[in-house]
Amino acid sequence: MKKLPITELDSFLKSLNMPVYLPSDDPSGQAKFTRWAEGVQLTQQLNTVRSAKDLFFPQMENLVDFKVQDQKIEIIEHRNVSENFVIFGVRACDAAAFEILDRVFLSDPVDGYYKERRDHALIVTMACSAPEETCFCTAFGIDAADPKGDVTAWKTEDSFFFRANTGKGEKLIAGLADGDESAVQAQQAQTREILSKLPNGKLDLTGFDGAHMMEKFNDSRWKELSEACLGCGTCTFVCPTCQCYDVREFNTGDTIQRFRCWDSCMYSDFTKMSAGQPRPTQLERFRQRFMHKLVYFPDNNDGVYGCVGCGRCLQKCPIHMNIVKVAKTIGGEGNG
Amino acid sequence: MAEYREPLIPMLGVVTAIRTDTPDVKTFTVTGLDGKKPFVHIPGQCAMLSIPGVGEALFSITSSPTKEDALEFSIKKCGCVTDWLHAMEPGQQITIRGPYGSGFPVDTDFRGKDLVFVAGGIGLAPLHSVINYVRANRANYGKVDIVYGSRSMQDLVDFDEILNEWSKEEGITVHLTIDREQPEWKGHVGFVPNYVKELGFDTSRTVVMCGPPIMIKFTLAGLMELGFDKSNIYTTLEMKMKCALGKCGRCNIGTKYICKDGPVFRLDQLDELPDEY
Ligand code: SF4
Ligand code: SF4
Ligand code: FES
Repeated sequence: MKKLPITELDSFLKSLNMPVYLPSDDPSGQAKFTRWAEGVQLTQQLNTVRSAKDLFFPQMENLVDFKVQDQKIEIIEHRNVSENFVIFGVRACDAAAFEILDRVFLSDPVDGYYKERRDHALIVTMACSAPEETCFCTAFGIDAADPKGDVTAWKTEDSFFFRANTGKGEKLIAGLADGDESAVQAQQAQTREILSKLPNGKLDLTGFDGAHMMEKFNDSRWKELSEACLGCGTCTFVCPTCQCYDVREFNTGDTIQRFRCWDSCMYSDFTKMSAGQPRPTQLERFRQRFMHKLVYFPDNNDGVYGCVGCGRCLQKCPIHMNIVKVAKTIGGEGNG
Repeated sequence: MAEYREPLIPMLGVVTAIRTDTPDVKTFTVTGLDGKKPFVHIPGQCAMLSIPGVGEALFSITSSPTKEDALEFSIKKCGCVTDWLHAMEPGQQITIRGPYGSGFPVDTDFRGKDLVFVAGGIGLAPLHSVINYVRANRANYGKVDIVYGSRSMQDLVDFDEILNEWSKEEGITVHLTIDREQPEWKGHVGFVPNYVKELGFDTSRTVVMCGPPIMIKFTLAGLMELGFDKSNIYTTLEMKMKCALGKCGRCNIGTKYICKDGPVFRLDQLDELPDEY
């Protein structure tokens, strides 16, 4: 275990000599992953409004350019090269979400845009010490007191403690002084105590599996659950595991840029074709989001759910609908 | 191992020939810039074609894998990309990526079977690939019946090939039908589902059907009445697609991605999926 006084964070980050992104408050007080420079402060808030997925899967990114002239087309590939960079202060839930995104983007055929960034990233996670009521990472077996990543960090009153989990991580903190684990252990015990009392921490997800797919799909309560949904897509955009995208083009006058951008299954045009619309009302779209996370994705991915319990959709949905309410309504008996 | 290619970046192709089949269907012959076939495929698989600036869309490959020099696509004019394709001239470059999807089990489940193909309108496009593959490997399959219908005589795609090649081949029987009487039409008149029922095929046969949803629905009902088993019936699904790689999430139905796990499905497999297509 390594130790660093909080007051020396800036000089440590500077010494890393590569781009560092960390959660910092913007002028409006919202925490977001920001490129560190001297003076950029680590936020005191529990988590960022938007997740850390932007750093691997940006909201918008250019894929390829074309030049079209008469009958000829030229393909202009701009090689997507990333330099090594550090993401500092990722919470346990968001770190777990990277593994879910990996299952999508790194499975055959591998998405090179994502992989390039993923390969060059060093992830320093930050253990939670004050989980909030909206957190339910424990329901997915995530330990917020001991997150994964190349390096795990704990922040106490006056110091950071670091533990390397990978070879890459070891190099990153090699220069720091050794520290005593007892402060970390004390914090972990406290955090786990809070985690064990979270209102949704023991969400019962039994029955959300491939074997019950049609039963869940046909549940009559989707109607009441989806009734007030505005189809705004907020839940999908703040979600660290939502990965649906659209591919579009923009004509600069000189070239055609083909880019991808986040999309949302909550939108009516997501599946709309000239030949028809398989999800004509918000009920079907709403159901798709939750069925995907709770039934389809785990069925295709060794039982891993497409949710990490970060609580963002609980905080941000304008009508206060969310995955917890869905799970409680049509999920296991244990939800009481 | 083949060199890594970014799956979303297409390659260039050129449309070497365009044939007008019906008032709203044209067949496009596509090669790579080197004049060769862009890639090898299985009948039923699809490819993403695009004109940068207009858009990219998924089309089923109409030609059989046994056609060695090029890929063919029979495309109906029905919006953005297809309108553009219909307006262009041979020699036009386009982009192409693929092949995508699972294709028909031509070298496994179809082997040794007596086959019935049922197509409506442009639904013949994906079946065209299988039919010509079966013809090229005739010894591997039993009897073949093809039931094909369209609105009118003028809307039958590949009419010449059907009349001059398919109908003349031993072991293949072609049954054409059009929706409404036409003075110059001597053949059967009526909708495909009814015609299939009238023809009353033996229930041991494997049926492959493709066409508008309404045709599929009623043909299936007829086949069920005749006593067919759903595990012997195949069809293809259509969904909006963007990536064709099983990643953008758009074509997800239940645990399947139509672009990757489909578009070909057996009817008993479809029964296990939510009805969202
Ligand atoms: S569904 Fe909600 S709680 Fe779950 S990971 Fe997404 S935003 Fe977080
Ligand atoms: S569930 Fe809430 S956040 Fe999501 S689309 Fe509906 S209204 Fe918007
Ligand atoms: S088209 Fe993107 S997942 Fe199928």
